[in-house]
Amino acid sequence: MGRYFHSEVDIKSPWHQVLAAFWQRYPNPYSAHVLTEDVLYREVTPSNHLLSRRLLTKTNRLPGWAERVFPTHMARAVYVLEDSIVDPDRHTLTTKTWNLNHNTLMTVVERCSFEEDHSRPLWTKLRREAWISSAVYGLARPIQEFGLSRFKSNQAKAMRGLEYALSKIQTEAPPNLHGDQGESSEKHKPLPPQATPTSTQKPKQFV
Amino acid sequence: MNSVGEACTELKREYDQCFNRWFAEKFLKGDRSGDPCTESFRKYQRCVQKAIKEKDIPIDGVEFMGPNKDKPES
Repeated sequence: MGRYFHSEVDIKSPWHQVLAAFWQRYPNPYSAHVLTEDVLYREVTPSNHLLSRRLLTKTNRLPGWAERVFPTHMARAVYVLEDSIVDPDRHTLTTKTWNLNHNTLMTVVERCSFEEDHSRPLWTKLRREAWISSAVYGLARPIQEFGLSRFKSNQAKAMRGLEYALSKIQTEAPPNLHGDQGESSEKHKPLPPQATPTSTQKPKQFV
Repeated sequence: MNSVGEACTELKREYDQCFNRWFAEKFLKGDRSGDPCTESFRKYQRCVQKAIKEKDIPIDGVEFMGPNKDKPES
């Protein structure tokens, strides 16, 4: 029961830029389905972790057959919460994202983990997992299949959106952002963002 | 990017700008000298929390890091 998705991507950008891009990725050319974005909560804990909560509203695009079965669901956008923890000492970002409404129809829980690639510190590893489930009697399986397919399409857009935000940051980046890598700022050119998929799922949509 | 509260988008923008600067230039560099964004955050939150209540968005009491399922820890 339920469907599971897992992927790993290597991003050719240093973790501090990936994290900055994470906060700045909306809007982007691939995020037309994201209608609003709000930070609801932020806290730096005594252990120096940054906790955040963001509320997103997204369009609820269903295939034609589901629209006919669930007409009322079309009227309401999907409310999505994204909770996250930044550990600036271990160079990690962990996120959990899930929908607050339309849960009987489908619940999608996604967990992402960004971390600096210790063997290649100018790269960042992204591990993504998702659990897709439906509680609709008699239709759970096709709904979950649709949900998985839409998730794969959305996370490909999410990667493109993140890369878009990364390239904006890198073209604007002042030299001192690279100072902590032990090189003089004049010698260090900004890296073009590239996501190299090392996915176990072989998704075709990856850049 | 728009806020869920139409009237809050400008306040959100001001807060986001403050946060992004603080995040990259202070927080990630280990500078714990304090948060310059508390005032802009407060103004923004006053607006957006009101919009959330008006639109009946079910955020109350939702545990941080949300629904727990038994998943293998990565």
